[in-house]
Amino acid sequence: MSPARIDGPTSGPDVPAGAAGGATSGATAPRDHWRKPSFIANPVARWLVYGGAILYVVWTLGTLPIDWPRVAEGVERAGRIFGGAFPPSFERSGLLIDGFLESLKIAILATFGGVLLSIPIAFMAARNIVPRAVFYLGRAIIIVARSFHPVIVAIIFVKAVGFGPLAGVLTLIVYSIGFVAKMLAERIEEIDFGQVEAMRAAGAPYLSTLIYAVVPQIMPRQVGLTIYQLDSNLRASAVVGIVGAGGIGSTLANAFGRYDYDFALAITMVIVGAILLSEAVSGQIRKRL
Amino acid sequence: MLKISDLVKRYGGGEPVLKNLDLTIEGESVVSIIGSSGAGKSTLLRCINRLVEPTSGSITLNDTELTRLRGAELRRARRKIGMVFQGFNLVDRLTVMENVQSGRLGYISTWAALTRRYPKDDIRRAYELMERVGIAHYADKRADELSGGERQRVGVVRALMQKPEILLADEPTASLDPKTSEQIMGLLRDLSRELKLPVLINIHNVHEAREYTDRIVGMRYGRIIFDDLPQALDQEAMDRIYSGSPAADRAGGLKEAS
Repeated sequence: MSPARIDGPTSGPDVPAGAAGGATSGATAPRDHWRKPSFIANPVARWLVYGGAILYVVWTLGTLPIDWPRVAEGVERAGRIFGGAFPPSFERSGLLIDGFLESLKIAILATFGGVLLSIPIAFMAARNIVPRAVFYLGRAIIIVARSFHPVIVAIIFVKAVGFGPLAGVLTLIVYSIGFVAKMLAERIEEIDFGQVEAMRAAGAPYLSTLIYAVVPQIMPRQVGLTIYQLDSNLRASAVVGIVGAGGIGSTLANAFGRYDYDFALAITMVIVGAILLSEAVSGQIRKRL
Repeated sequence: MLKISDLVKRYGGGEPVLKNLDLTIEGESVVSIIGSSGAGKSTLLRCINRLVEPTSGSITLNDTELTRLRGAELRRARRKIGMVFQGFNLVDRLTVMENVQSGRLGYISTWAALTRRYPKDDIRRAYELMERVGIAHYADKRADELSGGERQRVGVVRALMQKPEILLADEPTASLDPKTSEQIMGLLRDLSRELKLPVLINIHNVHEAREYTDRIVGMRYGRIIFDDLPQALDQEAMDRIYSGSPAADRAGGLKEAS
């Protein structure tokens, strides 16, 4: 019957083992059998990796210190917090507005400074337009700026320059460099090099070549990145404020510290609203670029 | 006068692309270089303005040795060598005037370039040249709004803005339709006469080479195997230059054309 033939000569249980399959497949048997090659070719290595991964997950679950009574207590406490938060209190809206405006200032200053610094760093970190040594330096700066989460950077700056918005600005400058310089450097590496060649052929000096042949090509991306970064910095400024770097995050942390859950909820609502608004605005602007 | 002697270019450790090549170009003649793809035409042109580094040999332009120049000296020498590219290499996002003025970047300060404060003489010269090639009314348009032929005219004006002592053209018409392509070739020939400028053109179109240039140089495998007046380029020479290459078949219609 036909099903057996679809399966092929070697896999059907009713085909005599050995002789028939082996002899025909060498020369004339139709090549009708195919299996996707395994991700890890060596079967021993494959089972070691998969088995090891499964064992590790089981072991972690087994040793996870979950204290069920405390989980139950926590749910209860969370209920109390949410209960205390309703209705949200806008009584001290003066404080709220001050905090929010400070966050906005932090975000704008950090975007301005961060983008300004990002541009030369991005040029340094573009493999196609600078000597190898400069390229490594540029990449190193970006890697350092990217390797720490803003909260960690904020803790360091709060220790260094004290509580307040200055620490927030410095933190977000580092954060902006990590993102903007990296993306911009990648864009520079994708430019049409013919335009650079044309300037070189005219004997243009280095900076003039960059200004005429590279900057016009990366300008649209640069503008888009700046707007995105402003949006992103506004969000991050709320987070770094919690560790003392100023802005509405600090206001929020204080409200929690004083068990003013209703005020905290009001702040949270304002933050969410502001982020939604900024995302809509920046999305609209970037769409039109 | 451009004098190339014993020029060798080797990429990595392989077979040289240019093999002990000698070539002299005197006066204001239009010289075309023909040869199949990979013969080394582009490499030769790019060795002259050092977009490609020659491995050994000597290139002198009006008694300046070009092969050993570095930094500011190299840039000063490049100012005297205009180049026109196959893909035009215009900066799409800048205006035609900015593109044209970019030919002066080697002369003006970076600050002047950044702020677009071009010298009056340069602006006057730009308008004259743009008028001459028929693109003056596009001065404020962005380069990517122009058609192919117009874009190549911008490319030519940009090169001429350098007040070059020689003009190199690397397949200047290969991205253009036949009619526009003839116009550009005619323009290059006429400008060469008007400005008393030697022009060196890499070209695939043998018919245009015969029609518009004063001398034809044929290259094959990194060597010059033909160098004579266009009239002297007969079928035998064509066969030697293009033997066994697709370009030979394309040039087959040449006998009827000429």
